[in-house]
Amino acid sequence: MHMSISDTMNISLLAANDQQAQHNRQQFDAWGLFCINVMSSPGAGKTILLEQTLRALHGAHAMAVLEGDMTTQLDAQRLTGLGVPVVPITTGRACHLDAAMVSTGLSLLRQQCDPASLDLLWVENVGNLVCPAEFAVGEHCKLALLSVTEGEDKPLKYPVMFREADCVLITKVDLLPHVPADLGRMGRHVRQINPHCGVFPVSALTGAGLGDWLAWLGQQLLAQGRHHRNPPQHPGGLQRPSVTVT
Amino acid sequence: MHEVDMTRCLLQALEDWRDQHPVQPCVEQVHLLVGEFTCVEPSQLRLSFAAAVKDTWLAAAQLSITSVPLVGKCLVCGNSYRPDPACGYASPCCGHPMETILSGRELKIQRIDYS
Repeated sequence: MHMSISDTMNISLLAANDQQAQHNRQQFDAWGLFCINVMSSPGAGKTILLEQTLRALHGAHAMAVLEGDMTTQLDAQRLTGLGVPVVPITTGRACHLDAAMVSTGLSLLRQQCDPASLDLLWVENVGNLVCPAEFAVGEHCKLALLSVTEGEDKPLKYPVMFREADCVLITKVDLLPHVPADLGRMGRHVRQINPHCGVFPVSALTGAGLGDWLAWLGQQLLAQGRHHRNPPQHPGGLQRPSVTVT
Repeated sequence: MHEVDMTRCLLQALEDWRDQHPVQPCVEQVHLLVGEFTCVEPSQLRLSFAAAVKDTWLAAAQLSITSVPLVGKCLVCGNSYRPDPACGYASPCCGHPMETILSGRELKIQRIDYS
């Protein structure tokens, strides 16, 4: 007589990734590193934001970047020369970084520097508004970018990403005069999904709003007991005006 | 297609479970809970699983996916509700944003049937 047995599991489908992410997080904490996972659709401006942020925080924080891309190391090459270790992670067919890829990136980072000497680790994820939202890499903070050219409805169409984010930067606001985007609606759509999320309009090109983003980041670091070694430098040496979401 | 990577995680969990048994179990059905407010498309997951288990120790296993609806709770009126993307996921009674999610984020292996 055929007998079936049932084992109740009630474990996460992504348990294997979650365990690796937890291990990564333990390493970050042991090194005293604050890790930020930067996510967006392709072309929303992750790399230029990192370029400007790295410049602004130069001297204030010791940083490194894990740079994820499906193919090519073009983004990693852009960031090389900004005075921080950059480790390219080419994912091949995978449309997101997972915790194991970041762990491999950390091993390569250790060949370049002592991670315990760093304060901030930026993980630039593969451009995609879907998959990266579900795969933790051990980060302390999830940053999502949404450019004004993508349309106001994207937070409603890709809600998991914007629900998961701790902070959303609405990028490329310098293009607002040229595109039919309502900054207020865009911000409200983010907050419909995630009412307590920080939302800051920025232009990495002109520097507008970057001060607000850096101030928010500074608050997160302060909450973690981390302080600027020196005051951050705003891009171009100027405090650019804020752009408000109404 | 991230369902391929999710399938890889699922297979890893099943192998970890198998390794706890002195004799390799014959898995008949794997029951999953998949929330509506996740990035998982059940049909893609089924397809990916079927391709991955072919000619393996899990070849006889069927995937059973139970969808879990997205349910929010309005912190203003206290009512639970089904957030509607067309209404910005807002509480239907007072328009408050989606604050608390009661269900819909599940991505779980609920149960394994085997002999």
